[in-house]
Amino acid sequence: MKKMLLGAALGAVMMAGPAFGASHGEPVKIGFVTTLTTPAAVIGNDMKNAFDLALEHIGGEMGGRKVEVIYEDDGFKPEVGKQASDKLVKQDEVDFVTGFIWSHVLLASSKSVLDSGTFLISANAGPSQLAGKGCHENFFSVSWQNDQTPMALGEALNANGVNSVYIMAPNYAAGKDMVAGVERTFKGEVKGKDLTKWGADAQLDFSAELAKAKASGAEAIWVFYPGKAGGAFIQQYTQAGLQDSLPLYSVFTVDALSLPRLKDAGLTGVLGSRATQHWSPDLDNEANKKFVTDFLAKYGSYPSFYAQQSYDAMMLIKSAVDAVGGDLSDKDAVRAALAKADFASTRGGFKFGNNHFPVQNFYLREAVEDSEGRWTTKVVSTVYEDHQDPHAADCGM
Amino acid sequence: MDTALLITQLLNGLQLGVLLFLLAAGLTLIFGIMDFINLAHGSFYMVGAYICGTLVALLDSFVLGVILAIPLTLAVGYVAELVVARTLYARDHLDHVLATFGLILIFDTAVHLFWGAEGMAIPLPDWLNGQIAVSETILLPTYRIAIISVGLAVAVGLYVLVTRTRIGMLIRAGASNRTMVQALGVDIKRLFSLVFAAGAAIAGLAGMMVSPITEASIGMGNDIIIVAFVVIIIGGIGSVKGAFVGALIVGMIDTMGRSYLDQFMKLFMSDQNAETAAPAVSAMLIYILMAAILAVRPQGLFPPRVR
Amino acid sequence: MNASDILTPKGLIAAAVILLLAVMPVLTTIADQAFYLDIATRILILAIAAVSLNLILGYGGMVSFGHAAFIGIGAYAVGIPIYYDEYSGWLHFPLAIAVSALYALITGAISLRTKGVHFIMITMAFSQMVFFLFISLEEYGGDDGLLIWSDSEFVDGVDVDDPTTFYYLCFISLMGALFLVHRIVNSRFGRVIRGSMSNDKRMKALGYPTYGYKLTAYVISGAICGYAGALMGNFTNFISPEMMGWTRSGELIFMVVLGGSGSVMGPIYGVLSFLLLEEFLPDFMDLFSKDAGIYWHLPFGIILVLVVLFVRGGINGLLDRWNR
Repeated sequence: MKKMLLGAALGAVMMAGPAFGASHGEPVKIGFVTTLTTPAAVIGNDMKNAFDLALEHIGGEMGGRKVEVIYEDDGFKPEVGKQASDKLVKQDEVDFVTGFIWSHVLLASSKSVLDSGTFLISANAGPSQLAGKGCHENFFSVSWQNDQTPMALGEALNANGVNSVYIMAPNYAAGKDMVAGVERTFKGEVKGKDLTKWGADAQLDFSAELAKAKASGAEAIWVFYPGKAGGAFIQQYTQAGLQDSLPLYSVFTVDALSLPRLKDAGLTGVLGSRATQHWSPDLDNEANKKFVTDFLAKYGSYPSFYAQQSYDAMMLIKSAVDAVGGDLSDKDAVRAALAKADFASTRGGFKFGNNHFPVQNFYLREAVEDSEGRWTTKVVSTVYEDHQDPHAADCGM
Repeated sequence: MDTALLITQLLNGLQLGVLLFLLAAGLTLIFGIMDFINLAHGSFYMVGAYICGTLVALLDSFVLGVILAIPLTLAVGYVAELVVARTLYARDHLDHVLATFGLILIFDTAVHLFWGAEGMAIPLPDWLNGQIAVSETILLPTYRIAIISVGLAVAVGLYVLVTRTRIGMLIRAGASNRTMVQALGVDIKRLFSLVFAAGAAIAGLAGMMVSPITEASIGMGNDIIIVAFVVIIIGGIGSVKGAFVGALIVGMIDTMGRSYLDQFMKLFMSDQNAETAAPAVSAMLIYILMAAILAVRPQGLFPPRVR
Repeated sequence: MNASDILTPKGLIAAAVILLLAVMPVLTTIADQAFYLDIATRILILAIAAVSLNLILGYGGMVSFGHAAFIGIGAYAVGIPIYYDEYSGWLHFPLAIAVSALYALITGAISLRTKGVHFIMITMAFSQMVFFLFISLEEYGGDDGLLIWSDSEFVDGVDVDDPTTFYYLCFISLMGALFLVHRIVNSRFGRVIRGSMSNDKRMKALGYPTYGYKLTAYVISGAICGYAGALMGNFTNFISPEMMGWTRSGELIFMVVLGGSGSVMGPIYGVLSFLLLEEFLPDFMDLFSKDAGIYWHLPFGIILVLVVLFVRGGINGLLDRWNR
């Protein structure tokens, strides 16, 4: 009986489903895939907050049409992210799919989204696969290609006269790209390398690896631990008393998400540590000032780079939808409008390369305490100007 | 070979081992005495950590937070036994697996509702945040030494409790022959509640000890609980001594695998592949050991006597 | 099952469910809801896996806590050849079945020496080994998983990339698996398996080498589940070790028990309710409070516990009681 009812209900739900079509009365639909459960939700929520703020800033409209955002959780798993993307494309028939923290989730989801002809805009993940041979006309990134930030850091290491490093990163697509990136530009010796288990059941106790790093005799340690793992890593690094013997250089580890937690844990040792990034909350441009001020006012904390990229993703989409007057039926026109990147980016403007990844500046930034006692980052110097990723040459576009 | 590194890694393995022991001790007693498979035992590990984190933030004292969190986790365990576990003792193992699988989902989502998805950092007092020089070349974080000490203290305490007290006698009797204990007219329900709640509290203590290192997070108990099962199977179900030895073996295999296996594997495969494969292979070793023991000596290394 | 069985409410429901599954592509086309065909396809594939688990769990009392490994092996048997540009389904599917059967033979031969909880744990241990083995295989994506860029190719003109064609491939496969399991459990072989579930010693005393019988059943079950995995690989176009984790094996057991283990239709009911809950519970909760859907595991867990505590025999058991 129960079964029959369920079956009938399923049938009814399907019959009642409205037939979709892209008319002007319909809202512009944007699917946003990110991590809203598991400890990595700390990143996903920051992105969601920024996207909501961006929606507010544009008055919930673009190209004369209302905007509807559908958030989907990837559960920090490629397979779940792919299912979520399938649903967005097939059931919700969204016009744009964006979000994506994790390279492996993006890689798993890209086929279904791109096969359906939907525009895919990464607001964080930048796997080398999609930048090189696997580049696609409907794929855009408003963040960076994975290799770039660590390449900038490699240059910074050279400039600081560091001769050898020990490398630690999570064992997934982005971790491997990041390691490749730093090895591309760092001229000294890599004394050792550890790739640790990642995902919802990531390894968070690094005692064995830290002991190896210390024994390796390297001059510095280079790490990539995004999100919560970053806090755990720095905590253990400090507890092991390595600040003096093994200075820390990191990418995507010391950020607006980990700094408040490190402050709560009283780990003052992290202040002054340096990392590279394409953006910082103190970058001096109108769009950034408005974004950071309003974000701080609304959510009480500094936005992370994840938030900044999500905000930019919304602005990029708006610029394209505005340019075609809200008519998304002509994909070529939308694509051309997207490729122009004609909007006021919070990073102070950038242009897309041939592979639809940004060509942009990279800065060395330092963890500092602001005038109100909050921990944040400020720009120290510019490492790269208008830098393009090394995979762009392999892209046939 | 670098001796200082080896000793450091042995101590790291010991630290992981005692943490696993804290989880496995309750698990093995619950399994041994009540013949109850509790997949949700790892949830107490998580709940303990969150309760402790909240108290530490409130009281601004780590030690006080831990001391108060233990009885609270005990209470959570007591309620879980009363509401769900008790009705399941008479059922078969399949039902245990399923119901406690459901409990895991309930606990995980409840923590998500109460504490949010972000996880919780637990700050340590300065005296625990430093390092201790074990020798001239070996410098270990004080806190890791503290974990080892607490774990060993609990192990000794449990040993005394189980071998020297009346309750311990009943527990031992229960683990080797349940029906007999019942026949002796012991209030078996109370014994079960007690063991279950105490097991939960010790698992909670393990969660509290690990969180200052890794932060408390949702689902933190779900992967370690499977390893804890491996531990009690290796050690012999129902045996606290077996749990202790099993935990040390597993802790050592895991740490040594992470420390040395990649160097070994580089001898016959590319560096890149060795880096990736080594942690997975050391995780595999644990399961290979477990399968081997199950196939050859299903009762484990130290089965409780007179079964 | 004979004609008079079908004319009971229980029989009618079984017939209705199968009929509904048979016409699903028509319904989703009329409703213009391609996504629901995806859900239905997933239901069919997991139902094949559940039917295979039911063969040993429901009829043979062997609680395999590692069946998800077979799904993974089957899916990698599609993904790895395609990675090397081998697109023939005539290679993928036999490979999936053969490797799964071989894995079942080796692990089963060892596992079946144990009983009860030890069997649960040793099957879990073996599946964890496979899980970590694929994580360690950097070449095939390791932890990130492997994208399957194409689908298996069979004969010209039959394109399994087409959702409806693929749906019917899965539907026919499920019917085939049901028929096979039905025949097996009602044969002499099946009676020995069922006998050894209730009293292994007695069957041995009667002169049946139950070990060999059980191992055979275990291998058949693994092979069917590996076949389901090959379908899964074609369906998701993506495979990661995650799909073999112990929680996935636990979910599979739950589907079988929820539907009613040891019954023909039980596994199908179980998968159907499990996936429909998974799909619609979050949406349903969102109706009451915005974003409540991410907490859907809470009611889901409560349902799980309640089913174990109070619903003996699963959905099929409920229908039985209603029949009387």
